Amino acid sequence: MRFRIYRYDPESGAAPFHQEYDLDYDPKGKKVLDALIAIKDTLDESLSFRRSCREGVCGSDGVNVNGTNVLACITPLEGLKQPIEIRPLPRLGVIRDLIVDMAQFYQHYRAVKPYLINLDPEPENERLQSPQERAELDGLWECILCGCCTTSCPSFWWNPDKFLGPAALLQGYRFIADTRDQSTNERLDFLEDPYRLFRCHGIMNCVEVCPKGLNPTAAIGKIKSLLVKRAL
Amino acid sequence: MNSTQIPKRTFDAVIVGGGGAGLRAALQLSQANLKVALISKVFPTRSHTVSAQGGITAALANVSDDNWHWHMYDTVKGSDYLGDQDAIEFMCRNAASAVYELEHMGLPFSRLDNGKIYQRPFGGQSQNYGGEQAIRTCAAADRTGHALLHTLYQRNIAARTQFFDEFFALDLIRDDEGTVLGVVALEIETGEASLFESRATLLATGGACRIFRHSTNAHINTGDGLGMVLRAGLPLEDMEFWQFHPTGIPEVGSLISEGVRGEGGYLVNKDGEKFMTRYAPNAKDLASRDVVARAIAQEIRAGKGCGEHGDYVHLKIEHLGAEKIMERLPGIRELSMQFAGADPITDPIPVTPTAHYMMGGIPTNMHGQVVSPVRYGPEEPAPGLYAVGECACVSVHGANRLGGNSLLDLVVFGRAAGQHVIEYLRDNPYPRPLPQAQVDKALARLARWDKPKGTETVAGLRDEMQRIMQDHCGVYRTEALLKEGLAMLDKVEARLPDAALSDHSRMFNTARLEALELDNLMAISRATLVSALARTESRGAHTREDFPKRDDDRWLRHTLYFQQDDQLDYKPVRLKPLTVDTFQPKERTY
Repeated sequence: MRFRIYRYDPESGAAPFHQEYDLDYDPKGKKVLDALIAIKDTLDESLSFRRSCREGVCGSDGVNVNGTNVLACITPLEGLKQPIEIRPLPRLGVIRDLIVDMAQFYQHYRAVKPYLINLDPEPENERLQSPQERAELDGLWECILCGCCTTSCPSFWWNPDKFLGPAALLQGYRFIADTRDQSTNERLDFLEDPYRLFRCHGIMNCVEVCPKGLNPTAAIGKIKSLLVKRAL
Repeated sequence: MNSTQIPKRTFDAVIVGGGGAGLRAALQLSQANLKVALISKVFPTRSHTVSAQGGITAALANVSDDNWHWHMYDTVKGSDYLGDQDAIEFMCRNAASAVYELEHMGLPFSRLDNGKIYQRPFGGQSQNYGGEQAIRTCAAADRTGHALLHTLYQRNIAARTQFFDEFFALDLIRDDEGTVLGVVALEIETGEASLFESRATLLATGGACRIFRHSTNAHINTGDGLGMVLRAGLPLEDMEFWQFHPTGIPEVGSLISEGVRGEGGYLVNKDGEKFMTRYAPNAKDLASRDVVARAIAQEIRAGKGCGEHGDYVHLKIEHLGAEKIMERLPGIRELSMQFAGADPITDPIPVTPTAHYMMGGIPTNMHGQVVSPVRYGPEEPAPGLYAVGECACVSVHGANRLGGNSLLDLVVFGRAAGQHVIEYLRDNPYPRPLPQAQVDKALARLARWDKPKGTETVAGLRDEMQRIMQDHCGVYRTEALLKEGLAMLDKVEARLPDAALSDHSRMFNTARLEALELDNLMAISRATLVSALARTESRGAHTREDFPKRDDDRWLRHTLYFQQDDQLDYKPVRLKPLTVDTFQPKERTY
């Protein structure tokens, strides 16, 4: 199989380039991550990428394969057009090869205060929440922070420091939607901003690429309509 | 570079590992306004806790009549009586409050119609000391580990814990008196080593199933804390006990939760027979994991396996219906479709026993203090050193862990250890002189991989080691098989000094990380084989075909393995609980 992989060695002083690899490999049932590991183990030890769970739940190995942001570990090799071009996630700084600097992404995540705020005395047992109320969180809490969505978003490309991006906004809404959270107003105050939230123009690349099938655009829409309702 | 040249950071406490246990302990310390550093080789939410699926066990009695005494009985029995009953009582008694605490933190548990936390049946659970199936495992769909890990990380953001993400711990710094004074760690991005000086060091480095070729574990589960402890001259406990989860996807290893059987799924062989009724007439598919794993292995051996090579069995859940599968087991469906090519709404999932969990580990007491036999008895704390979670052996899981007890272990003992560290820091307010020679030793471990040329590769040796462990230390073991495995491992280990890297760069050199991890994996493989060879009985997950019976007279005791000369020592099982009566060892049937 033929691969064309983005390489950047920060110590060499050389510009980034694409390196081609020919890997003798049976793709049946295998994923892109398997091939990356095989290349590293047998052809080129210096090829660098992040990986952990290898089953699509930890979010380490977001990369761009043939132009689309994916998790390498759950993307089948079969059916990919060769040479398979693998690049780091777009727009973030590249530390080395496929490893990007996620600091900005995590900063936006922290900015939405991604934790439950409830100042009532803690009850003796659990707080009650009906299955219907809990269902409001489905499609929100499953985010694995891989960065595929945010780095596919043109609004983020233009304003990466000011627009929070779909992943952070999805988490922002996850706590707004939680009946146990008491900070909805403060959360909305923070998000009511021409950049943080309103740079989303509904392009929906995020929905297209989310490896967990989540819909950040819908969550962003719900935040916007809450803001409208609040203003009335 | 030597010890006087590397940067030094000073903290009250350093935690190594950002999974559930490390984060829970960190939270305790941050909330106490201590200066705590959490070092993790991956961004915390990439930790393996995220892969836990089915749930966290606590006798909330939201669905079935229940209490912690029954949970304790099941856990003692599940451990095949090797678990320490004081620690088990502590865990089960604190389970409900630990789960409520997680709920208060914001963990998005699934809910029952009355608004309480959803619970599902899991293996080895009973009411009334061995009676009817209990329904005790609290779940957030089938992504409970994800929910727990993210919630704890989020609470740590709120508590402003200081994170050192993508720092790899190399070694402990331990002075001549045995006090642990911190760790030397490598900043992965820059490739530079630095010293984390701290009066207390807590290891929460997780499991090490990557010693096996097929495992449910993440690539990062290389037992780094265990390697550090062995090199510091401390022992590992019960390393012969590795859990083979009955239902991993063949070849890839991905876990298919016990929750699938808890929700009503069942196993069949190639004849379509529900074979668990033969092996565990009462509990059937919800027997303890060791029992179910052996049953599947027996079916496969008897030629009753499915598929072209007859090397797996089928797990069926079609009868649950699409709606329930999508609501309760959406992650399982995803994994099955991605890695087994089977949509469980219409097709059975192929499954086979797969290395999953390390019951053994770094010996600790209930407070998370690392203990070893020194002068005054078998369990003297190593001052300043703690271990929690899968890397630790408290021991609450004994010879076989029950499903749902792992996440519980993380939070109960993470909290307890954090609490004890606070007391320890109060009683030990002064820093001690750092032994520079120890720092240099850790740096030498790093410098060793600067060697320009060699005849062996890290990937090649790791692959051989994993095959040896897979073939010689699996579900069924014999003296001959273990001895052969150990001899083969000797040879592979002897070639390790000949290994070299071709990549000698500094920044984000993942090849060098894998080399450093291999040191740990190799040491753990050896500890496992030596411990397994010595234990001439079958107990829990350690099945010796040449010694098929449990032998309480000789072996109701914990193994301690020391790296120096492969020495073994033993210590008694603590059969006396804290407040209740001992559960006397008896024959274990399901």
